[in-house]
Amino acid sequence: MIHRLAIDRLALTRGERRLFEGLSFTLAAGEAIALTGANGAGKTSLLRAVAGLLRPESGEVRFEGAGGVVLEPEDARSAGLHLLGHHDGLKTGRTALEELDFWARWSGGAPGPAIEALRLQPLLDLEVRKLSAGQRRRLSLARLLAAPRPLWLLDEPLAPLDTKTRDQVGGMMAEHLASGGLILAAVHDPLPIPTRVVEIGA
Amino acid sequence: MSALSVLFRRELSLAWGRGGGPLYAGAFFAGTAMLLPLAAGPEPQKLAAVAPGAAYSALALSSLLSLERLYERDYEDGALDLLALGRTPLEAVCAVKCLAQWVATGLPLAVFAPIAAIALGASPSLAPLIVATALAAGLGFAFVGGMGAALAIGARRGGLLITAIVLPLYTPPVIFGAGAVGQLASGLPWQGGVLYLCAYCLFWAAATPFIMAAAVRNALS
Repeated sequence: MIHRLAIDRLALTRGERRLFEGLSFTLAAGEAIALTGANGAGKTSLLRAVAGLLRPESGEVRFEGAGGVVLEPEDARSAGLHLLGHHDGLKTGRTALEELDFWARWSGGAPGPAIEALRLQPLLDLEVRKLSAGQRRRLSLARLLAAPRPLWLLDEPLAPLDTKTRDQVGGMMAEHLASGGLILAAVHDPLPIPTRVVEIGA
Repeated sequence: MSALSVLFRRELSLAWGRGGGPLYAGAFFAGTAMLLPLAAGPEPQKLAAVAPGAAYSALALSSLLSLERLYERDYEDGALDLLALGRTPLEAVCAVKCLAQWVATGLPLAVFAPIAAIALGASPSLAPLIVATALAAGLGFAFVGGMGAALAIGARRGGLLITAIVLPLYTPPVIFGAGAVGQLASGLPWQGGVLYLCAYCLFWAAATPFIMAAAVRNALS
């Protein structure tokens, strides 16, 4: 169980380009951080580095458990985080239910509670290709609830959503934080929950 | 239900739709096998002699068809990120994808193979050995093909690159499989070829998941 995420003097490069260096911050259980910065500043890359998909040029991503015990990154990641990126991994030819059911079971969870929380019932029999951008985003947000993980890495989580759904997702995030979760979100607009702001590439 | 078994079922249903699935592979197979009598002339004697070889070449070519989408689609839509992040080792994910590819493509082709060979004039008594060797060869095609597909992730004109990587490695199963069937047809011992075929395909089935996982990690980073 992740209680704290520490980013320590992290430097990331993509190809020849240095995105940022010397980035340090910590995120504790119950906290949310909004990563801001211009397009291309490296917000998405930072999320991917925390998830372990990108190898940092230097510096460290550290996961700590209860009492500040440093966790094995592999273990912390495999059971400890959800990544919600620009690309949602949904297959257009399959129905919303098939996709949600698969990703829920893949992470060792079940789709039931998520369907309820995100009002997905009317969408379940539709093929993913027939969903609007906002509906599709709701479906991928449902993955977060289908299998509980402490650390949520969210890339522009609210972008295509309508006001009502934004409020709902805000409530979902608040609940997650209240239960000891951690949220690291790349955003352009502020999130509807209290956040600390970390600016990238400033 | 374990993560790998739900992944297998999903991959199977995707493979069914990927590049048209088994029916396209079957149609392509039939088409390629039937080019031979048109090219070489219809004398039954001549055709019967090369029937197993023709069936195996067609088998190898048909197995290439759906490889391009094996990893590329998951890479493009972000599913590969999520699969790589799960609790399940990426090596196992890659192996399951290839197994599903084998079941979705190799299995139907193994059923078509003796039909094509017999249609070209091979003796029906060869059918069981053709099915068995086509199954074994199909396993090798799926894993070697998966390796090519993983190495070509994100490449432009990935299909051509996959073919270039994979086709040379497809030749031993063709040689051993068609060779064994040819030996049986002429009443010679055929077991050696089958053993070589199985050893070759099992080797790649064991080795390629590690190569594929490394290639996927590299493509994602």
